[in-house]
Amino acid sequence: MNQSFSNGSNGASEPRLIVENVTVAFEGFKALSSVSFTAHDGNLIGVVGPNGAGKSTLFNAMAGLQPMDTGRVHVNGRTAEHLDFLAYVPQREKINWRFPASVEDVVMLGRSGGRWRWFQRPSAKDKEYVRYCLERVNMWVHRTDLMPELSGGQRQRVFIARALAQEAHVFLLDESFSGVDVGAQKYLVEILRGLRDDGKVILMATHDLTNLAERFDQVLCLNHHVCAYGPPNEVFTPAVLEELYGAHGVTVTGSGPNHRHHNETNG
Amino acid sequence: MVDALLDPFQYQFMVRALIVSVLVGAVCPLIGGYVITRNLSFMGDALAHGVMPGLALGILLGFSPLLVAVPAGIGFAVLIGFISHRTGLGEDTSIGILFAGMFALGLLILSVSDSITVDIEDILLGQVLGVSQTDVIITGGLAALVIFLLAAMHRQLVFTSFDPIGAKVVGIPVQAMDYVLLGILALVIVLSVQAVGIVLVLAMLVVPAATSYLLARRFVNIMAIGALIGVAATVTGLYLSYHFNLPSGPAMSLTAIGIFAAAALVKRRVTT
Repeated sequence: MNQSFSNGSNGASEPRLIVENVTVAFEGFKALSSVSFTAHDGNLIGVVGPNGAGKSTLFNAMAGLQPMDTGRVHVNGRTAEHLDFLAYVPQREKINWRFPASVEDVVMLGRSGGRWRWFQRPSAKDKEYVRYCLERVNMWVHRTDLMPELSGGQRQRVFIARALAQEAHVFLLDESFSGVDVGAQKYLVEILRGLRDDGKVILMATHDLTNLAERFDQVLCLNHHVCAYGPPNEVFTPAVLEELYGAHGVTVTGSGPNHRHHNETNG
Repeated sequence: MVDALLDPFQYQFMVRALIVSVLVGAVCPLIGGYVITRNLSFMGDALAHGVMPGLALGILLGFSPLLVAVPAGIGFAVLIGFISHRTGLGEDTSIGILFAGMFALGLLILSVSDSITVDIEDILLGQVLGVSQTDVIITGGLAALVIFLLAAMHRQLVFTSFDPIGAKVVGIPVQAMDYVLLGILALVIVLSVQAVGIVLVLAMLVVPAATSYLLARRFVNIMAIGALIGVAATVTGLYLSYHFNLPSGPAMSLTAIGIFAAAALVKRRVTT
């Protein structure tokens, strides 16, 4: 699995995002093994795979939260400073919902940049930009609401606005559909399509395989390595599905003990 | 009535006590906002007991106890963070070990130093009527430092408290911010101990901020209204302490809890 996966769109231009040969191992177990792919401006990509397939690990590695054993991540052709162009929306379980942050406060946090500043106060330009971001996700009317009071879909829209406020080119959304009802999921997709049309690169991790074709332009199938990458209605061949969800149980005959062993190391 | 309010201040010690009470009442809820939204109650209680050896050592060596307790408190905070990050033990287990160990050490030091007249009750329950001129100056300096630090790093502390992963991605040193917050908590505890005592510092850290959490929505308002409630509690407690000859810690704590009970009867915070 060392070949690079590319979805082939915009073949002429340079890819905005290049993930190259990324390997992450936890105590000998390879959570990610030589993961490589590229994405261009205006790609809306679903990163799919079973629980424990390494989707969050991939995002953490890309966001600089998880050291990589090998590999590189380039955004805009840079590695060291690529984080300036990358926004991350964590899983909802990682947020402290007891903390009474208002919608406007949360989006304003995206305006800080990476530089440390003492006594930081938002400028008039920051406030204007936050308003623009909140209007893009149709949450400006809720600007004084507190995050804990919002529905799952509204919360995700605020985090998307925060990513916009960072002026990032690449958005990483980890399981943004979880805890969001179907109608709100559709609305989220609509918003993400608008951002895609602006040229953003959007990757969303999801373990939910329903309606993939309606949600994403491209699907990256991940099960510790990249099993397939391309349009949703093309990538799901029986072989890929086996690799994703049934490889060990189905294809390897009499592999009961191996199968179990593999899952245990999997955690 | 007016006499009951003004009479006490013909005495210098009451003026000093009032200054310390106002400072303690105002500063505790500022850090208290973080304590109640980040589940740091147990940590706060442990830190309060953890400064005991520092206070005892200060008394033993003849320094102002506050001067010794400040580095002791910060050292304790760093040690808790260190143990919980380094061992496989849960954080509350690490806190429990240090809590008990430090408090026992403090009691031991005090019991050995029987040549010096120390009222252990004052350390445990607070005696704001007994603060010295030096204590007032140190308390004022510590309060100013706490307010300065909280204001200077407000945005970073808020981001870290709400979304630690998001904060890390934009380049905020999240782990360092956690230590900073514990350090500030240690400063607040040390400056509060003389007024409310080791055992009841927790009341001032948690109760006014919790009351304010019921009444205000935004975090900065929770801090500000909490500070007003805190001052109301400590100053009322001071009067009760003076007129009825009560230890100041219980008087201030029960006043704060009375205000909380009144607020809890009329308001309930809307949650998810």
